[in-house]
Order: sequence, then structure tokens, then C-alpha cells
Amino acid sequence: MKKLILIVPILIAVLLACQPANEKKNADISNQEVSESQDMNLTANDLDEAMYAFNDLPYKADALEPFIDAKIMQLHYDKHHKGYYKKFLAAIDGTSANGLSPEQIFANVSNYSAATRNNAGGYYNHWMFWTNLTPESTEMTDKLKAALLEDFGSVDNFKQSFSTAAKSHFGSGWAWLIVLPGNHLAVVSTPNQDNPLMNVVPEQGIPILTIDVWEHAYYLQYENRRAEYVDNFWKIVDWSAVSERYEMALDGYVYNP
Amino acid sequence: MITDKMKDCQFPALGYDYSALEPYIDAQTMELHYTKHHNGYFTKLQNAVKGTDLEEKTFLEVLKNISKYSVAVRNNGGGHVNHAMFWKSMSANGGGKPKGKLLEAIENKFGSFDAFKEKFNSAAATRFGSGWAWLIVKDDKSLAVTDTPNQDNPLMDVADENGMPLLGLDVWEHAYYLKYQNKRPDYISAFWNVLDWDVIEKRYLDYIS
Repeated sequence: MKKLILIVPILIAVLLACQPANEKKNADISNQEVSESQDMNLTANDLDEAMYAFNDLPYKADALEPFIDAKIMQLHYDKHHKGYYKKFLAAIDGTSANGLSPEQIFANVSNYSAATRNNAGGYYNHWMFWTNLTPESTEMTDKLKAALLEDFGSVDNFKQSFSTAAKSHFGSGWAWLIVLPGNHLAVVSTPNQDNPLMNVVPEQGIPILTIDVWEHAYYLQYENRRAEYVDNFWKIVDWSAVSERYEMALDGYVYNP
Repeated sequence: MITDKMKDCQFPALGYDYSALEPYIDAQTMELHYTKHHNGYFTKLQNAVKGTDLEEKTFLEVLKNISKYSVAVRNNGGGHVNHAMFWKSMSANGGGKPKGKLLEAIENKFGSFDAFKEKFNSAAATRFGSGWAWLIVKDDKSLAVTDTPNQDNPLMDVADENGMPLLGLDVWEHAYYLKYQNKRPDYISAFWNVLDWDVIEKRYLDYIS
């Protein structure tokens, strides 16, 4: 019960501080779980699951075909992403990381175990990824476009820079578009499940777009042809989501699942 | 091969059919792994070495001083050497246990062959992201199990633990994903059935003599 008293205010504070407008649905679900938990004597693990949501994919597994096939999506979400989620809960159980938002954990990730770093990253990064993809046709805002023009010269130059980072990252990892302190944009890549919010990367910033370049993200469909996967990625980017994250980042907020 | 000069480097024959290691490693994985991944590293290595003073150096010299060279030499040099060694460690008639001096050394170091397998399996299963698990002989001729990220190799001065590799297992997802998907431990278990212990023992005897 002591744990519940501690967690509920933190959870509410995190929800109030970090949920963007279009994430209201998740906030409602989490609040409902909290109020139910007061009557149901939930275990610590149930509370962790309420605090650290594992949301449904925002579209069907075959929604991104032919660019990412359904089998990849199913394995990637049900096995890889869920595996990181479970291991993340296990890694933080009984540690000072428990109860902190992913963002707070990343800011001091060097103080935590390798299991926390790897699985918190795996949990968070995949959410970023699923929710910056869509089968719908979307447009970026003029504000984001202006920022890309300023920092990369053109939208095409930005895409080329991001694609090069994604294609040339050696081994497993991710490529990112980030908002730097001072609000300029930059393209970076990180190894394994690291991300630009972690205090272990050379260039920190708030991520607003990402692509997974672990082989499990593309191998069943593209085999060794990572470049083809990266080129097709542009056909399914959710520019509305990226634009919204850009606005949040300008206000200092980080997207949280 | 690692004592060859880099300019004399040839793309090695696989030594068996793509289907030879079925059902443990499937033909499609072998073909892609050899013709695309390994050949890609080999070609990029040649491009990185051509016209430089690396041509006259041996692989061994370069690997041992890898921190002095470009990322392209590190990644592609490792990628070539690691794969060349990996193919030769496997055979359609593989499996079983080592014998003679190598078995003796394994038992001395790890307690038993099964205890060694367990340690090697754990290194291969827990290497996070792309990389390799290794059985190495250290300078003092003792054995050790270690693992490296990406295409690093235990001979490289950047590795956590240095030694001459006797056996490497590729745990990049491209080595197993088509057949085993996310189940890396199943791939690791299957690997023991195709290991050619005669080759690995010969490496050990050559190194200690």
C-alpha cells in the first residue's frame, strides 16, 4: 500500500506533465487503472504495468504493407518489443528506477544496470517507432518544414542525411532526428537500444523521428538490403506525429508512451 | 590466413554446399550470409586497403593494432576474418566433443565440456545486439570465453579480452533470423551439431606449439 501511495501521485504528475493532446486516450486508461487499483489490491507488478503501459499497435500488423510486411510487424511487436517491456519491468523491480518515467531513467541511465539501459531503451524506442509510422498520407507542418530548411537546406537534404545515418550505422541500432538544446535539429544514430535521451550518447537531444535498423526490423522481407528498407520507410512516416513531437520538444517536452 | 599479407587476401571458398548444414543452418541463410554479408565485408575491405600501406601488412599485425586504423578497416577486416573462420569451424559431419589436448585444456579451465558449453552459450545469448561469442587462447595459453560487439575480434587491441580465437559464433541476427527469428538460444543450441572439432583442435595445437 505504501508503494501505491508513492506511485499514484507520481503517475498523475507524469501524465499531466508529459501527455500530449493526442495521447489523452492512454491517459484515460491509465487513470482508470489507478482508480480501480484502489479497490482491487493490485500487486506491485500490476502497478508497474499501469505506470509503464504496453499499448496496442496503433494500426493492424498488415497496415504498413507492402513496405513492412505483417510477419515482421507481428514478431517485432509481440516478441521483440514485448520482450524488452517485460525485461524492463524485471530490471527496475526493487531498484530506484522503479516509478521514474523512461525520460527520467534515460537522463541518468549511466547510474543504472545494463539490463535497465538496454530494456528501457528497447521499450521506449519501439514506441517512438510504431507511432511515427502510419499507412495514412500525412503532411508535416510549415513550422517543421521551415526548421528542416534552416538546418539542412531542404527537406530532401534532411532525408538524405537521415537515410545515410540509417544505412551506414554499423550493426544493430537506430537513426534519429533530434531537437538539440537551442532548438536546432540534428541527425544522429545510436548503437543497440540506446537513444538520444540517454546521458551516455555523444549528442543528446529530444527525439522526434526514428528508424529501427536492427536486422530483425527488416531481414525477413529485405534480407541484407537495408538500404531498400530505409528508402521505403519514407513512404510510411507519420509527419503529423513528427510535427507534433517537434512542437512538444520546442516546449521542452519528451514524447512518452 | 591471418598471417597472410592483406594484399594477398582471397575470398575463401565456403568448402561445402549451402544446404550442407541443414537442418541446423538453412541453405538460404548460408547463401545470403556467404554471398552477401561476407562478400560485402571482403569487398569493402579491399577498397579500404587498396593503395595504402596496409597492403604489405599481415592481418595479424593490423588486427592487433586496429585502433590505429579507420573504422572501415576495423569493421570490414573483422567481418572478413570472422566469417572466414566461422565457415571453416563448421562441417556437415560436425558435432560431438573435442578430444585429446583441447578437451584436456577445456576440462582444466572450465571443469567439464558441458560447463564450457554453458559458459559459451551464455556469452552468445547475452551479447546484446550484433556481435560474436568466442573461445580464445590467451597469451599465457589458458582458454577463455569472451564476446565482442559488431565485427570486432579478440585479436583486436580494442577488445575487452585479448587472445587467439579458436572458435567464433556469429550472433548477428542475419546469421539466424530467417530460420529462428527471435529465438537466438535455439540457434545457439543447434550450432553445436555442426561444429568441426578437428579443425578447432588443430588451431589450438598450432597455436600452443
